[in-house]
Amino acid sequence: MAVRAQFENSNEIGVFGTLTNSYSLVAVGASENFYSVLEAELGDVIPICHTTIGGTRIIGRLTAGNRRGLLVPTSTTDQELQHLRNSLPDSVRIQRVEERLSALGNVICCNDYVALVHPDIERETEELISDVLGVEVFRQTIADNVLVGSYCALSNQGGLVHPKTSIQDQDELSSLLQVPLVAGSINRGSAVVGAGMIVNDWLAVTGLDTTAPELSVVESIFKLQDAQQGAITGSMRDTLIETYT
Amino acid sequence: MDYQSVFGATAAAINGGATPLSANAQEQTMATVLCCNCGVPIDGTSGLSMCYDCIKLSVDITDGIQKESTLSFCRNCERFLRPPSQWVTATLESRELLALCLKRLKGLQKVRLIDASFIWTEPHSRRIKVKLTVQREAFNNTIVQQSFEVEYVVVATQCPDCAKSFTVNTWRATVQIRQKVPHKRTFFYLEQLILKHNAHRDTISILETKDGLDFFYSQKNHAIKMLDFLSGVTPIRTKKSEELISMDTHTAVRSYKFTFSVEIVPICKDDLVCLPKKLARASGNISQLVLCSRVGNAVHLLDPSSLDATDLQPSVYWRQPFTSLANSSTLTEFVVLDIELTGTEKGRLAMADATVARSVDMGRNDTTYYVRTHLGGILHPGDTVLGYFLSNANFNHDLWDTLDQRNVPDVVLVKKSYPRKKKNKGRNWRLRRMAKEYNDRDDNTTQSTKQRQMEADRIERDYEIFLQELEEDPELRSTINLYKSSNSQNPEKARPARPTKMDMDGIEEAQVSMDADGDAAMETDGGDEGVESDDESDGSAPDVGLDELLDEIDELTLEDAYLSE
Repeated sequence: MAVRAQFENSNEIGVFGTLTNSYSLVAVGASENFYSVLEAELGDVIPICHTTIGGTRIIGRLTAGNRRGLLVPTSTTDQELQHLRNSLPDSVRIQRVEERLSALGNVICCNDYVALVHPDIERETEELISDVLGVEVFRQTIADNVLVGSYCALSNQGGLVHPKTSIQDQDELSSLLQVPLVAGSINRGSAVVGAGMIVNDWLAVTGLDTTAPELSVVESIFKLQDAQQGAITGSMRDTLIETYT
Repeated sequence: MDYQSVFGATAAAINGGATPLSANAQEQTMATVLCCNCGVPIDGTSGLSMCYDCIKLSVDITDGIQKESTLSFCRNCERFLRPPSQWVTATLESRELLALCLKRLKGLQKVRLIDASFIWTEPHSRRIKVKLTVQREAFNNTIVQQSFEVEYVVVATQCPDCAKSFTVNTWRATVQIRQKVPHKRTFFYLEQLILKHNAHRDTISILETKDGLDFFYSQKNHAIKMLDFLSGVTPIRTKKSEELISMDTHTAVRSYKFTFSVEIVPICKDDLVCLPKKLARASGNISQLVLCSRVGNAVHLLDPSSLDATDLQPSVYWRQPFTSLANSSTLTEFVVLDIELTGTEKGRLAMADATVARSVDMGRNDTTYYVRTHLGGILHPGDTVLGYFLSNANFNHDLWDTLDQRNVPDVVLVKKSYPRKKKNKGRNWRLRRMAKEYNDRDDNTTQSTKQRQMEADRIERDYEIFLQELEEDPELRSTINLYKSSNSQNPEKARPARPTKMDMDGIEEAQVSMDADGDAAMETDGGDEGVESDDESDGSAPDVGLDELLDEIDELTLEDAYLSE
């Protein structure tokens, strides 16, 4: 399902949080409203971790992760790393990445199988991404934007890309990712879809400004509208089995 | 409000049939996204996230523009205020008014103005409505066009010029022109010069007084400009005086009223002048008894017996002023009986000895006079000529008494006279007139109606003489503007249509009626009876050539057109 939320009057949810199929990170804020929304949806299922990265709250833009792992930038302190290690499940590998492009959330866009990365990212980082997250890595741009993480929101079900992405680009990316993609906006016309929302296979949280048509696009492309029982044995089967093994 | 919208770069057709999720999306090159507001599919490559209609509904580009404003309007002169301080004439629904309205509107600089037009309103509603169409970039690459109305309230105010005209004593400087002669011909000529050179442009008002005119100005500079003009065309003497109106003791700022008293040399064309002996010696040893041949910014004097000429500068004149001996109203008519050229010539003038007899003496006695004249070139036996009859004149003049009476000629011929066929002939030309106020304050108490009537008759007679002078003197004509007259063929018919109202410039247009010449013309006609028969060729008065005339003045043409409809 898809819900709307706000982080301290900001609609850019993807900046202040990270959501994967196995854990969720939430920035430390003055208000717990955003955390409450996530907790209401995820509380029993996956751990939600309050954290900062390098003392900042923009954890969504600085980290990149999926079910298997979490990449944090070099600015992450040891304490924060230790806190993350303690909070996240043991199956999740946490790795600090020595990368000049330190806003990993902006330069990496991944689901549990594939990652799109900034074309200028370092070779070592690419290998780390592939190792830690267990994904295939492709250097790509989205609608001529190198910040693939900002302009793409991706789950194992589908992906939402920058509204200017042409059909050819969408086809190309879709064939790489093996999920359907759609161009669209979030937060009443904002093109930075990656920063405007967080999504995993059964939940999407968008900014409070997101309109009903936008939300309906999100629900349909990420297949969130009816989490019926059949889906568990069908489309979600691989995920679930992998999770429980 | 009426919305329209145009999308400049993104006017491509919407692919309404294909939704973004449909399988056949591969065939298109353009991505389709859903409008974030209403969900309608739109072209995603434009970079817009909202459809046209939603942008139209959600954006108001006329936000910072005034929808109501005021216009200041002076009811008296019917002009609109163009801020900060200019008052302009603009009729309702005119381009000028539209420009004024748009200029009044704040915030119009931020948008691009596409169209502006008036919406008709009742004039007495004092509301002006303007419909504007503007364009502005709403989002990136999105130009939205929108129409809206602006209502202007016409606020009636009084412009400073009108306020001034309703207030007495608003002038700051006055030029008082005086000439102490019994006729007004100099002022008629001066009036034409002023009109030709547009020297009256800054004048607030013109007041006609005894022996002259008063010009009023709002600034001292304007009066000084007028003085410069006057000193260029007439021999004058000026005197400046000032009256303190108020003074601020703190800043020592004073305001004054300035009065320039201008006196014109009281010697006119064709006057007989008796020069003081010293002045005659100083002016090239000219004879003391001379004629005034022309008045420019100096007085040109001519000795008819020797053709000597001299200029009398006003500065020299005012050192030792004197009056003329006789003026052209005392001219007597003579008939040329015989003329012999002496052979001396000077320019157009030819010296000659003429035998003349008074016109009134013809058939009564045989008294003839043998005179030397400068008119040898134009006089023929049988012509009539005007001259001063000195032998029976009785002048009350100091300088005249000092003259040696034995050397004084009996007659001084001045100019050739022409028989005037009275009344039936209208002139084919006319002059512009200035509108002058008559100084009622001084005259109401002292003059009776009859006296005023006589005064008016005298002025009209002077004016007729002035017109005749113009006809006879092409040199004089060349200095002023003459206009074609449309009613010369049928003066009786056209006379009722004669406009007498003032126009905007304060210029009054008047056709001088031929009835005005009165006594002077009668006299000449009576005297000419005997002569006309034997000199048919040269008998009639000179005409003014059509090529000298300017086209008719505009407002007259309009009026004629109106009458002919």
